[in-house]
Amino acid sequence: MLHPLSTPKSLADRPEHSPSSPLSVHDMTVAYQRRPVLWDVDYDAPSQSLIAIVGPNGAGKSTLIKACLDLLPRASGRVEFFGKSYRESRHMIGYVPQRESVDWDFPVSALDVAAMGRYAKIGWFGRVSRRHKDAARECLARVGMADLAHRQISQLSGGQQQRVFLARALAQDATLYFMDEPLAGVDAATEATIIDVLRSLRSAGKTVIVVHHDLPTVPQYFDHVLLLNTRVIAAGPVSGPESVFTSENLRRTYGGRLTLLDQAAEAVARARGG
Amino acid sequence: MIPTLREFLAIDLAAIITACLCALACAIVGNFLVLRRQSLLGDSIAHSVLPGLAAAFLIVGSRGSVPMFVGALIAGVLSAILSEGLRRFARVEAGAAMGVIFSAMFALGVLLMSLPRMRSVDLDADCVLNGVLETVIWTADASRGTRVPAVWSDLLDPGVLAGAPSQLLTALVVCGVVIMVVLAVFKELTLASFDSALAGALGFRPWLLHTVLVVLAAAASVASFEVVGSILVIAMLICPAATARMCTSRLRTQIALSGVFAILSVLIGYLLAGFGPMLLGYHSLALSASGMIAVAAGALLTGAIIFSPSHGLLARRIRTLRLSVAIAREDLLAMLYRVEESGDARSLTLHHARLALGGGLTTKLAIRGAIRRDQATTTPGGLALTDSGRAAARALVRTHRLWETYLVKELGLRPDHVHRSAMELEHHTTSAMADTLASIVPSTTADPHGRPIPGDRPRGNPPE
Amino acid sequence: MLGELLDILLFRAGYTAAVVSAGCTLLGIAGGIIGCFALLRRRSLMGDALAHATLPGIAGAFLLATAMGSMLPGVLSAKSLPVLLAGATISAALGVLSVHAIVRGSGGRIREDAAIGIVLSVFFGLGYVLLSIVQALPGGTQSGLKTFIFGQPAAMSVGDAMLLAAVALGAALAALLLYKELRLLCFDEGFARVQGWPTGALDLAMMALVVIVVVVGLQAVGLVLVIALLIIPPAGARFWTDRLGTMLWVSAVMGGASGYLGVSLSALLPGVPAGAIVVLVAATLFGVSAIAAPRHGVLSRWARHAALTRRIWVDHALRALFEHAEDGATLEPLGTLSREDGRRALSGLGGDAAIAMLRKRGFIDARGDIVTLTSSGMAAATRAVRNHRLWERFLVLHADMAPSHVDRSADMIEHVLDPALMQELEAALERDEAVAAASRVPTSVHPITPDRRTPGGATGGHA
Repeated sequence: MLHPLSTPKSLADRPEHSPSSPLSVHDMTVAYQRRPVLWDVDYDAPSQSLIAIVGPNGAGKSTLIKACLDLLPRASGRVEFFGKSYRESRHMIGYVPQRESVDWDFPVSALDVAAMGRYAKIGWFGRVSRRHKDAARECLARVGMADLAHRQISQLSGGQQQRVFLARALAQDATLYFMDEPLAGVDAATEATIIDVLRSLRSAGKTVIVVHHDLPTVPQYFDHVLLLNTRVIAAGPVSGPESVFTSENLRRTYGGRLTLLDQAAEAVARARGG
Repeated sequence: MIPTLREFLAIDLAAIITACLCALACAIVGNFLVLRRQSLLGDSIAHSVLPGLAAAFLIVGSRGSVPMFVGALIAGVLSAILSEGLRRFARVEAGAAMGVIFSAMFALGVLLMSLPRMRSVDLDADCVLNGVLETVIWTADASRGTRVPAVWSDLLDPGVLAGAPSQLLTALVVCGVVIMVVLAVFKELTLASFDSALAGALGFRPWLLHTVLVVLAAAASVASFEVVGSILVIAMLICPAATARMCTSRLRTQIALSGVFAILSVLIGYLLAGFGPMLLGYHSLALSASGMIAVAAGALLTGAIIFSPSHGLLARRIRTLRLSVAIAREDLLAMLYRVEESGDARSLTLHHARLALGGGLTTKLAIRGAIRRDQATTTPGGLALTDSGRAAARALVRTHRLWETYLVKELGLRPDHVHRSAMELEHHTTSAMADTLASIVPSTTADPHGRPIPGDRPRGNPPE
Repeated sequence: MLGELLDILLFRAGYTAAVVSAGCTLLGIAGGIIGCFALLRRRSLMGDALAHATLPGIAGAFLLATAMGSMLPGVLSAKSLPVLLAGATISAALGVLSVHAIVRGSGGRIREDAAIGIVLSVFFGLGYVLLSIVQALPGGTQSGLKTFIFGQPAAMSVGDAMLLAAVALGAALAALLLYKELRLLCFDEGFARVQGWPTGALDLAMMALVVIVVVVGLQAVGLVLVIALLIIPPAGARFWTDRLGTMLWVSAVMGGASGYLGVSLSALLPGVPAGAIVVLVAATLFGVSAIAAPRHGVLSRWARHAALTRRIWVDHALRALFEHAEDGATLEPLGTLSREDGRRALSGLGGDAAIAMLRKRGFIDARGDIVTLTSSGMAAATRAVRNHRLWERFLVLHADMAPSHVDRSADMIEHVLDPALMQELEAALERDEAVAAASRVPTSVHPITPDRRTPGGATGGHA
């Protein structure tokens, strides 16, 4: 009798997961205060593409990203990047957190923040040398922030702050990027700049996974979409014959809560929490 | 060395009653501070009392209890206002703003205390930190006709009551005021502590309630600091409330419990400080009573964190263990059912059952539980289901396979992924949920793995 | 007195005093630097808890050393500073662990603020209990322990001061060495973790540095006030700069100055605990910073706020005049109206007083019964009206707001726009033919009713 908890050694051994995928999530469940927020997520990201994670509020979009990056504990499941563990592939991963996650009154300039993307390359105790500063400045220029490099970050508008975060991720020089709502609450100019940068990343062979909240712009900006509501509703290309961005799928994603699963989740939480 | 009744009444009783009253007042206010995550407001107020005392003495020139009380109260409220101002107008982070204000005020107090004019008074920074519980005693003053109680019934004598120490009277008044104010605005305070925005929307003016709370906290701390010292007041404010919070989720019960814990810590602390060393044979040693009260409050809290029947560490562990035993037992039944279903042997060996359930204490308890409940029996070959066990197992397997079918057919999960989820879900499914499931799941008789879904009652038995 | 102070300040008051001064200065510098990180990580009051938590360690170490010393005379002196400080360090570390244990053990029911208060007071209480045992010891050797509560640098020996100086210097250097790492941790912990930094270990290192400053500061400023060295200089330094690097230096200087001046002054005031003076010097520096610092100081904030309020008032007044004139109640040329009309236009903004104010600023001429916008007044009024109406139009066209609602919203934003944003706004509206048609000032999107002419928000109904 096969023990229910036994899993294969590597995801790549499983036929449905490919070893070359930048991100393979297998059977991931995440619980917050013992209540499942993500249930049994199974996903392979295609390489060299712009991927949108879409779903209603509380669907676990940010949770998915954070759990992949080990920022939240997983109740179960495994994640691999390029067929390797997170630890081994950390240098290939860039991250743009939600803008609200930090204190913008912090006494640093835009350039300082962008340079933080280079810290992993600089290593312990090293100073931020001119070479690294130049690299950071170049990243700021790519998001159109070169002129404001020396501004303190609280003196930037919301869109400009978001661009600084993007510049920091660019400075990481990664192959796979996770971005948590980079387009939330930004002005039109910033949105255009960010999309330009995303496209140039794709043409440079990188993969970008973006938590996105604005449905109408999905077909315009992204190649792939992951429809999420606690579980994966559908994942695949946005357009073409294989498109999963259909009104039927959207209805299933946004159409109300999964009452039965919710009831069960509640019962689980009650039993464990007391 | 055990005190006589006379000594106890004259020396210890006043101190104990005063400390109890102070602790009670602090604990009641503390509940709201803890709920509003403003525990450190108490810290800030307690540190800031010192310059108020010194200033009151310098202005009035005597150590009367009313000016002292007013001075300290003003200083306490002022510290809260100043740190709020620093936070709002100078954008200093809340914790740091408090730290700046209370340390500066405390330093100012220490400076004022060491002025030559203050030397004459028996009030120094040290007794503000530690309190002077030892000086709260009944005094006999022939000119005012007061005397010291000698027997219990003396406590009803007006002459004796008039000689009660002033700290006791202050504590009595403050405790009464605190209780009355909290009773009067209980509803508003609760609402504002729970949801300050909603309270504002309902027109309760959160800042006003905040001010009331600050003044109450200041009054309670000022009344207490003389007895237990300004640092230990913080223990009185926070510990009983936190202890009570570990024991209940209802605010009313929490407040009542916090009062009980406050009085308990005073009694335990005072008695241990006075008589603890005696029990160990050190007859001349008396420990700091106020320090011991704080330690007792901390010990009660530690006890509650570990042993509280509702939210304690131990209770949570036991609940988890019980749940995992119940789950393992249900897994065992389902396993036995599947073995029966597959039709080979009629029993599962104990060894295999233990292996499959993961071994350890949980498994042992689960197997024993199943036998005790008459759901499984030991046979020469191992374990087998009894009739009642078979019924329970059938219901479980049915739920499991219904869930699997639901997850695959309705939610589109892959068949090879659903077993684990179903394993989890089956243990938490109520019969109502199972009925809903059965009505949603298409009336197929096989689960995604091709095995039959058992009916909700055994075949062959006529429905009742 | 002054000469004496000068001697002390110039380290001429003897070797011991000079070493103690230098030690306290270094302590202030270390506190200033490490405190910056603690402040930015919002751990300031955690430092307070562990400062109070050192007391049972000191008293306990004393008791233990006394007990062992009586068994092995001559091996261990109960009052040796390293022994006491080791005790202080252990109990401070236990304090930090207790805060975490309470939060985790209670399953989150007791929050960190309460846990800090609990540890602070209960540990301190335990310290007093142990002190009362120490006091009962025969021999009267205990009196020295209370200096740890309020600090007494004068009682320090050269060796003690050297130790203090060395440890403080080491802690400050360690913080500077970890500058980049701690900055990242304090700003964005999640990003730091994704980059692979051991954030837990860094946090621990930061708390360890805080413990070190607290412990070595005990003898100089005492445990009740040592936390001030970690909070006040950084909070004061934040007013002067927007750069962490500069903030560290300013904070180090403020901390160093507090230590140096405080200890020097306290040598002249033997009755006053030194800790109090050090803290009061620091608090004075903080007060000066909070009030007078450029940009972030309260004075400068108020001045900026007043200037903005004045600009908004002038914009509103000029716009009211312009719109009134535009409305047809005007004489020739544009921007000229009767004093009565002017008064009515400005009724919500002060009437005659407003006319006088605008005249003083050179925006209008008032001769006899006629009020005229001067050329500068006309330019300012045109700009104000134009900004306002462009915004209204933008809000109607691009933010889907009802025309009847945009007036107030436009009011709120138009005054804080910089010219670059104004250009963007115009670009956004470029294709809108209504703007193209209007030469310089677009028409309003809503009818201008009398009460809209007083955008101050008040009435204006009385005429």
